[in-house]
Amino acid sequence: MVTCKDFLRELSDYLDETTDPATRAELERHVSECPNCWVVCDTTRKTIQVYKGMEAQPISDCIHTKLMEAIEKKAAESGHSGCCNGNHES
Amino acid sequence: MEGEPIEPVGVPEALSAEVLTVERAKQGDVAAFGELVTRYERRVYRMARQITQNDEDAEDVLQETFLKAFEHINSFQGQSKFYTWVTRIAVNESLMKLRKRKSDRTVSLDENIETDEEPIVREIAVWDDTPEQKYSQEEMRAILNKAIDGLKPIFRTVFILRDVEELSTEETAEVLGLSIAAVKSRLLRARLQLREKLTRVFKRKGDQILGYAK
Repeated sequence: MVTCKDFLRELSDYLDETTDPATRAELERHVSECPNCWVVCDTTRKTIQVYKGMEAQPISDCIHTKLMEAIEKKAAESGHSGCCNGNHES
Repeated sequence: MEGEPIEPVGVPEALSAEVLTVERAKQGDVAAFGELVTRYERRVYRMARQITQNDEDAEDVLQETFLKAFEHINSFQGQSKFYTWVTRIAVNESLMKLRKRKSDRTVSLDENIETDEEPIVREIAVWDDTPEQKYSQEEMRAILNKAIDGLKPIFRTVFILRDVEELSTEETAEVLGLSIAAVKSRLLRARLQLREKLTRVFKRKGDQILGYAK
């Protein structure tokens, strides 16, 4: 029988759906009968979702330009050719 | 500045096109390397910002990461995705920044943690249905950054790679030089600690706080 401690130990694998079917069935039975574990499972799932949905922070044109200039300089030093500034969409 | 939309990882067509771009970059085509920079710079910056917790350090990491990638692109064998390879460089650069800043304390991913210790759960409360709609994008970003900044680097880094950058467990283990078991253990702890912090912000008002029997 799955206890709350067992459930917490398996929570990540349960949410990632990487547990074997037999273990998953036992965990599902536990979470359907235990209000505390249901809440922890639901709020952990939501925690992962809000981070996955987090937009990558826009970076300034200035940072991008400095980076490209540094690469151009490095390329010139090593004898590579080609310009990469034109590929950036502002 | 908005770069190109971030391509979903794992799309075969996008990946095969990327292989060609990487090959052109290996031949010395700087424009091709520029395409790779434009595709991934926002993600690298976000990751560096979250690990170092500092805008200036994140900018340095972004620059050093892509300069190193450019210098050493011929050592990229194509056995992993280009982004995984760049991520490994960015994580190392970010951790170096942390070590320099906290010179009195060693920042190491090899820190010995008790993996058998029971995970801690204190706050058990249902969340508001749609916290994303209650806060502006900026407010939400600040809440999420503050929560993640409160984690130890060993947990924070694993969480960022797995749940923000969406690397697989195996890729995360490869990037950090950790075992699969260590990645899983740290990920569980990180997720539960963040859940704890976010529950304090997002819990539905007026609900009774539940609790595990001791």
